[in-house]
Amino acid sequence: MKLPSPPLPKALRPTPPRPGENGDDNGAETKPGKAEKVKDVSVEGAAAAVGYVDERTGLSPFLRGFLYRKTPRGNTWFYTLGSATMFAFLSQAVTGVFLAMYYEPDPSRAYDSASHITNEVFLGELVRGMHRWGSTVMIILIFLHMGRVFIFGAYKYPREINWVIGVVLLVLTLAMGFTGYLLPFDQRSFWATVVGVNINASGPVMGPYLADFLRGGAEFGQSTLSRFYAIHMLLIPGLIAALIGAHLYLVSKLGTTAPPWLKAEKKNLREEAI
Amino acid sequence: MADIPGQKRKRKSRYTEDRNVAGAFEGETMTRRGLMTGGALAAGGIASAAFGLPALGFAVGPLFEDSEADLWQDVGPVSDFNTETYVPRVINIVPVIGEAGKTTVYVRKALPDDKSPSDKEGVEPLPMVAISTRCAHLGCPVRYIQASQRFVCPCHGGIYDSQGAVAGGPPVRPLDRFYNRVRDGRVEIGDRFSLNSKLERFKPRDPSNHLDGLWQYLYPSRPTT
Repeated sequence: MKLPSPPLPKALRPTPPRPGENGDDNGAETKPGKAEKVKDVSVEGAAAAVGYVDERTGLSPFLRGFLYRKTPRGNTWFYTLGSATMFAFLSQAVTGVFLAMYYEPDPSRAYDSASHITNEVFLGELVRGMHRWGSTVMIILIFLHMGRVFIFGAYKYPREINWVIGVVLLVLTLAMGFTGYLLPFDQRSFWATVVGVNINASGPVMGPYLADFLRGGAEFGQSTLSRFYAIHMLLIPGLIAALIGAHLYLVSKLGTTAPPWLKAEKKNLREEAI
Repeated sequence: MADIPGQKRKRKSRYTEDRNVAGAFEGETMTRRGLMTGGALAAGGIASAAFGLPALGFAVGPLFEDSEADLWQDVGPVSDFNTETYVPRVINIVPVIGEAGKTTVYVRKALPDDKSPSDKEGVEPLPMVAISTRCAHLGCPVRYIQASQRFVCPCHGGIYDSQGAVAGGPPVRPLDRFYNRVRDGRVEIGDRFSLNSKLERFKPRDPSNHLDGLWQYLYPSRPTT
């Protein structure tokens, strides 16, 4: 049984010969040169590989819908803030994974291992700096993105759920900032986190229990650092990645809004209706 | 619509066949498909709970454990301390983690004025006043300044008088203290306790938790302390 051949991206489609190319004046084909032959073979090989994957996964309709979706007129650079936030997250994820290879979440070792990363590991200062400053960049970008969505009115029907997902992502990102701050375990991060946990404890009724959960007990100690490390490394990044997936799915499903200064051709529509 | 005589209104049957459920057999009150769906969901729920609940309990377990280290720490002979000023001493409140678990405690000899309303008659009052440096606002370390006889917090400007009672700034209650005793002429520091504004003793609370009036009921004592 022969399955219908999948559609090929334009770049991979073989180009028909131009008049005069590979042929004499009467249109009869001449032998192609060696360069052309190599090109043909490589194009065919790539096409076959793409076809192999596509036939078995059905990816191409999804990718076409995702990457070549229609967007309204008047797109500006403001529309890139969401992608910029996502790239900030990816940068945090990659640098974070490599920092975890050197960092030791133990109260007596944490500070030493962090300063070992900065002072002794090759490119350690750069990678730690990227993670440290990247966190601030990510929070700035997430607020700019949120401001863009708010000012453009892009949170309105039918995109309310995407706004809510975005707010959850904002809160999770702030929680990343809070849990990550403790990890260098110097005086500043230690006391800032003591104060932060005690702010949680100041909430009535549930507050003290929440503080106990964060500290892993009544006093600030080993379990606090391990907890913050696990939350910072595993729990929240997983949630953020999953929610970014949902966020992007809804963006591609619902499309983006036109900027507010673009008056749609409603005038004409109304005239026509009358 | 009026009832047609001789034709009773159909009562809802519990049998699937009477209800015209697709694929129903005679005498069934539930379709096989429904049973299988329900069974699969229940099995999935039980399987998820089997790993989810222990993991959750593992994470929140410390909330219900008394983690207080019941030990008395020697801070020096009685002759090191006087009634005039506080002497700073270092104790270890989280014994297992070394340097990071250490804290300062300010110790002076108790005066007759230092009697607490919580002291029971016939029971010897605490021999020392051992004040914790943990600010009752948000937990920063306070410092005692002898010249002004005040404890001062560096973070948000909390000020306490020489008894540890609030003299100004945001703290909601006096500084915590530690139980203490004298054994063989040496002072020993025990567990932490909290105080309200009348210097009555309470089980330890987190900084920022009120202990006065109706407020105290919003900040219950917890199993961990």
